Amino acid sequence: MNILVYLEHWDGKFKKSTFELVSYAAAIAKQFQSNVYGIVLGNAETNEIEQLSKYGLENIIHIQNDVFKVLDNQLFTDVISQTVEFVNAKCIIFAHNNTGKALASRLSAKLKAGLVSGVVALPESKSPFIIRKKLFTGKATAQVKVNTEKCVLTLSQNAYGVYENSVAINKINADIKINAELCKTNLKEVQKFTAKVLLTDAEIVVSGGRGLKGPENWHVIEELADVLGAATACTRPVSDEGWRPHHEHVGQTGKIVAPMLYFACGISGAIQHVAGISSSKYIIAINKDAEAPIFEAADYGIVGDVMQVLPELTKKIKEFKK
Amino acid sequence: MKILVCISNVPDTTTKIKFTSDGKQFDATGVQWIINPWDELALTRALELKETTGGLIENITVINVGTKDTEITIRKALSVGADHAVRIDAIPTDAYAVASEIAKYVETHPFDLILTGIESSDYNGNAVGGMLAELLNIPSVSSVSSIEINEGKLIITREIDGGKQILDVPTPLVAIVQKGIAKEPRIPSMRGIMAARTKVIEVVNPINVAPLTDYILFELPQPKGKCKMIPADQLDELIHVLHQEIKAI
Repeated sequence: MNILVYLEHWDGKFKKSTFELVSYAAAIAKQFQSNVYGIVLGNAETNEIEQLSKYGLENIIHIQNDVFKVLDNQLFTDVISQTVEFVNAKCIIFAHNNTGKALASRLSAKLKAGLVSGVVALPESKSPFIIRKKLFTGKATAQVKVNTEKCVLTLSQNAYGVYENSVAINKINADIKINAELCKTNLKEVQKFTAKVLLTDAEIVVSGGRGLKGPENWHVIEELADVLGAATACTRPVSDEGWRPHHEHVGQTGKIVAPMLYFACGISGAIQHVAGISSSKYIIAINKDAEAPIFEAADYGIVGDVMQVLPELTKKIKEFKK
Repeated sequence: MKILVCISNVPDTTTKIKFTSDGKQFDATGVQWIINPWDELALTRALELKETTGGLIENITVINVGTKDTEITIRKALSVGADHAVRIDAIPTDAYAVASEIAKYVETHPFDLILTGIESSDYNGNAVGGMLAELLNIPSVSSVSSIEINEGKLIITREIDGGKQILDVPTPLVAIVQKGIAKEPRIPSMRGIMAARTKVIEVVNPINVAPLTDYILFELPQPKGKCKMIPADQLDELIHVLHQEIKAI
């Protein structure tokens, strides 16, 4: 039961989430006494690929071609599915992110292999293949049984962790046909966000709600985020009001985050917002209403006005860092 | 141009999730059912495009795989302005079964643009759109936050980590949409509700596809420990926690 893991790169580089994915795939391979293969499409840097061996990746298939510069779901799925056959993979793993979700669903249908998205742990059994996933936006988990010989998984971010386990990496030349005519995605333009730290990568997130009163007060969020090296986020009403861009909206219908630490500032704690942050390791809530439901979800709470508490906290962290 | 919007019938997002005592099933007692929020935004955008492109879009159809109970949700889609509705009469067992049923219908009823939400708010599968595109052998674009039509061509915006891409993709196409695609879902007007009553929901017999996966046991997370309160004038205590316990500083 060989394992194949799809390794996305960002302008040639990998991220911490990639190392978590490799750690996880290597652990499944160990659990099932099988081999783990990674596939990288496009121009990833050689020293980056070699780094993956630190987390237990034994075999790598790296296919370079300019056609992989822009994600075309149909073309990528075709290439990955050929690789599945080539390495005789029975379990194919993606990150539970934009790209992973887009490819895993197509691959599942192409291979008629059961898809379990948002898995949070190692498989509970091999035959039948049973694994745990999140559902209802983190409000529950379920054990899912896969009825097919092959399975496709997407791993929830920060659900497993990064584990070092150095092995020798073996570069494999795979006989894969690139059917470039499948590529129908034509890139016209790329727009980059200006955020210093990406919300989806952040270890710490500082998030604001309607308690901030207006966009002109957002500097208190940004200043705390700056001193912590954190990303900024907001609640749905804040993005709906246009105080902040919608890509910062965290919650059931926005982004689901799982950072090490989440600061909920002036956020009452609507069930939809809490669902989006419940996988955070620690939650610190600051709200002037002691009865706000956010305190039921938080580990630490401060009752106070965010406009006073946040600048004071930022100042104290700065002093501490000195 | 014909648009198909795939809609899922899900518990209202404020629902407190419960399961039956044996953990085998979702406990639907007292649950309000709604159109999956992303599917509803997809429908909203389809309606906006129809209104602003002067006759270019001839028809917006909504499709749902579900039992008769889902017709309340389907009626809502009709009452905000969908032209036609299809219900495939099957219990939606897993994403593959749902995608296969819809693909079968689309094979004989072609559409130029098929919209699905990025996930359903219940099973969070992120699957039907991609599977449907693969089964139909057509392109799919995921994480779509904007669709415009310029001179009859689709201009698609895809969110990526740290930015967005503006794409030109030919039809037929499956666009898997997320937050941003439309601002607010529409509230049905009295006139819309009356008009929807007279529209016929086309009921289609299923092909009964075996699911690839089964949910065998549901569990709720362990309740969280009590929140530790720190007085606002003793922030040094929080600094201590941030350093010693959380190791954030």
